[in-house]
Amino acid sequence: MRFASGTDRHPGLNIHGRDPDAHRAAEPVIFGFWIFLMSDLVLFALLMATYASMSLHGIAGGPTPRQAGDLASAGVETALLLASSFTFSLTSLALKYRDDRRALVGWMALTGLLGLGFLGCEAKDFASLIGKGWAPELSGFLSAHFTLLGTHFLHVACGLAWMAVMFVQIAVRGLDQAVATRIMRLALFWHLLDVVWIGIVTLVFLQGSLS
Amino acid sequence: MPTFTQDWTYWLFGLLRWSDFPPKADGIATFAASLVVLGALAVVGLVTRSGRWRWLWREWLTSLDHKKIGVMYIVLAFVMLSRAVIEAILMRTQQASAIGQAGVVSADHFAQLFTTHGSIMIFFMAMPFLTGLINYVMPLQIGARDLSFPFLNAVGLWLTAAGAALMMASLVVGKFSTGGWSGYPPYTELGFSPGEGVDYWIWAVSLSSIGSTVTGLNFAVTIYKKRCPGMDLLRMPLFCWTALCTSILMIFAMPALTVATALLALDRYLGFHFFTNGAGGDVMNYANLFWIFGHPEVYILILPAFGVWSEVISTFSGKHLYGYISLVGATMAIAVLSFTVWLHHFFTMGQEANVNAAFGIATMLIGIPTGVKVYDWILTMVRGRIRFIAPMLFAITFLLCFVIGGLSGVMLADPAIDFAVHNTLFLVAHFHNMLIPGTLFGMLAAYMLWFPKAFGFRLDEIWGRIAWALWSAGFLVAFMPLYPLGLMAMMRRTAQTTRAEYAPWLWTAEVGAVLIGLGLAALFVQLWVSVRNRARLAAPLGDPWDGHSLEWATPSPPPEWNFAVPPEVSGRDAFTALKAQGIAYREPERYEAISLPRGTGIPVVIGGAGFVCAFGLTWHIWWAALAGLFAMWGGVVWRSFQTDLERTVEAGEVAATHRHWLSRVHAVTPVGRDAETSADNRGLAEHEA
Amino acid sequence: MNPRNIPPATRDDPARERRHSLLGLVSSALLTGAAFALVLAQPFARPVLLACIAALALVQIGCQLFFFLHIDLRRSHRDDLQLVLFTSLVIVLMVAGSMWILSSQHAMMG
Repeated sequence: MRFASGTDRHPGLNIHGRDPDAHRAAEPVIFGFWIFLMSDLVLFALLMATYASMSLHGIAGGPTPRQAGDLASAGVETALLLASSFTFSLTSLALKYRDDRRALVGWMALTGLLGLGFLGCEAKDFASLIGKGWAPELSGFLSAHFTLLGTHFLHVACGLAWMAVMFVQIAVRGLDQAVATRIMRLALFWHLLDVVWIGIVTLVFLQGSLS
Repeated sequence: MPTFTQDWTYWLFGLLRWSDFPPKADGIATFAASLVVLGALAVVGLVTRSGRWRWLWREWLTSLDHKKIGVMYIVLAFVMLSRAVIEAILMRTQQASAIGQAGVVSADHFAQLFTTHGSIMIFFMAMPFLTGLINYVMPLQIGARDLSFPFLNAVGLWLTAAGAALMMASLVVGKFSTGGWSGYPPYTELGFSPGEGVDYWIWAVSLSSIGSTVTGLNFAVTIYKKRCPGMDLLRMPLFCWTALCTSILMIFAMPALTVATALLALDRYLGFHFFTNGAGGDVMNYANLFWIFGHPEVYILILPAFGVWSEVISTFSGKHLYGYISLVGATMAIAVLSFTVWLHHFFTMGQEANVNAAFGIATMLIGIPTGVKVYDWILTMVRGRIRFIAPMLFAITFLLCFVIGGLSGVMLADPAIDFAVHNTLFLVAHFHNMLIPGTLFGMLAAYMLWFPKAFGFRLDEIWGRIAWALWSAGFLVAFMPLYPLGLMAMMRRTAQTTRAEYAPWLWTAEVGAVLIGLGLAALFVQLWVSVRNRARLAAPLGDPWDGHSLEWATPSPPPEWNFAVPPEVSGRDAFTALKAQGIAYREPERYEAISLPRGTGIPVVIGGAGFVCAFGLTWHIWWAALAGLFAMWGGVVWRSFQTDLERTVEAGEVAATHRHWLSRVHAVTPVGRDAETSADNRGLAEHEA
Repeated sequence: MNPRNIPPATRDDPARERRHSLLGLVSSALLTGAAFALVLAQPFARPVLLACIAALALVQIGCQLFFFLHIDLRRSHRDDLQLVLFTSLVIVLMVAGSMWILSSQHAMMG
């Protein structure tokens, strides 16, 4: 018995038709990165479970989830992040089909800008909560709220830092095999942060405003 | 939180003060601190005197070879084992002597002892030991040249070493946590445990946890993607199966530890309220998160040992493993079930009986696959030609003791019984009963089994048996008394008691602890004697035990590239099959050039930076923490800009090395199993059909 | 079936793949929009609404996995699928177990 069927060798966009060598080399690297992402997903799941419990039992006289969550702002953030997922998938397609680097760099830069916009919106949310006196030190619930959103925030920030490094690498090394698989991994990271965000929006903002 | 009104000493040295350095308040602590400092100086002096720094750096510290990384992990494990055993003896001495009077150490020092003992044994002894073993053995067994990600492997090693170094630093600078290895809040919150102790624990454990996550990932990818031709999953040696399941547990369980310690750190550093008493904190969630990690963790520790026992018992019974498929199935069942039982660590925390019942039943279920394994091992021995040499003797001790420990575990799985003996020495007896004969003896048996593979000579058998006798007797004498003591309601972690009826049991346990200490000494004597007699014990041809799997198909020690040509496998027990067909030592038709990863010092830098970061965080030396963090990530980015990461070994060199080995093989007469421990055993086994 | 037997043309068609990405964006937008609209309009009772937004989130996560992460029940490598499914199992066990335990503890202790 050998566990191998199917034509896609790894998650994310597969480039085998275009560059079979890079594709073979990418397989274990991307599989490994996918495992890391699954481990990261467990981390988020546990933070969400903690949040869910604390949003019921950790209010301690402070604001409720309904008061702490700004639905309009969440809507804007979601739109930015969804759009950035789309632009990153165009980045991946540019990696796969275009020989000119301009399209790739352009789409990735746009993704980065959308990501920056997302971070800006979230930072504004955090600041406005703290401005109201609702800092994480106030209650268990606020601690969980800031930690769950903050962890996602840090992940997006790391994704942006990674993107910056990739711009430099594309400039210095060109699109060699190693750089290409790194962009493919960054794509997985970015899309998975979107998946996590869908969970966060539903749990924190949508469910919160129904509580 | 720091404020700008702090004086310059705060910004420069954080909370660190002269009074945190030795001499300490009590003599034993001062002695321990000097031991650490003198030990470190002795190592530095020894290396300097022999002029070996360059060699150490080039050949070992910067190596990306999975075999050398494996050996370094195990060296680390032995160092930490020594410290934790000494602490255990000290704790036994304290409990035996502190009946109705003050003991040899203060209550606070005693609490540090049980905290470091537990933390070290789990995170810095057992984990490095099994990680080192898997590192060394698994790629050889699946016919691979290295792990999938050699660089990541070295990063894992140096992060673990940084965590261990932090544990050692805590012995010299300041104090360690007194909150036990599980670090339960609210006791470990700032209000009850101010100071650096708990922070040392948090960051040491975090470093080890990151290291384990990336290493588990590396192992899993290697097993999935780097098996040699024909090595289907169901043809892998059982040790590789247990390595795979352990890796999967590491990948999925470690995040829970990261979350638990990170949230505790947020509480302590930034005033959050995850686990505090007031303001909506929930201490019970800490227990929940910690044991979501903690229970899979104990299977991370035991599964590789199960793999070792499978190899040891089948090798020294001269038989194929009985019930291979059932052992694989049982391993997978245990791995999955281990995610469904964590609540049994806190049956008494106050949830309703239905919850306890569900988790109690799930816990009892684990007894089934474990029982399957015990029967499989026994049936492997039935009608075998058993050779009673040291690893096999450990295996027999394991089988006998592990069943006792397992039975006490099934008792504890019943919530009603657990309520009665919760937090008593009965529990301490139970888990030591699992982890010493199970994990630790497994690691020691593995050390004796695979030592000749790694170094080209066998370990001295007489001293091996002495070590076995001392460890086995020491274990029984030290831990069997803890069962009745637990039933007599002696609580764990008791620094002092007034009940005289405990005395005989505690003194018996003290004798056992001393025997274990002698067992540890016997291991070092064995190593010393073996190194001195290495010419007589030499077994460079690679197969001293008539082994079954591919690691024995290489010279000892194997060349850096492991296999001159990738082996091809057509069934289980691949090397046995080759020997049976008489083609085990055949020259391949052609040799090819091999590319190997170049060594690099970046993982050492990342580990060092990790230590600086963790030490800075512990002592609130913020500039050091930031510098360490940036240096860690800087190391990763720096690496990503490097090219020319591999070097090529020409086909000619591969061929010459391989032919030299083959010519030595053909010049030697194979030895039968009755001469296995004699000087005639050069590592070429007579094949017995 | 051997992956190499599949003609690359069916997989490597830029127009098709761009459409695939666009479908991902459109489906995400629609599903998110629906969830937000439900919460703003509140046409049903709260438990029904909660079930609806949870279902929408799950569908949207599925869409993300399919359109952007290219996880496909038929085409994906079996290792990758196993990993995704096992991760889901572990997450369900941990989250459901935690919720059950913590809510029971709070219920018992007031």
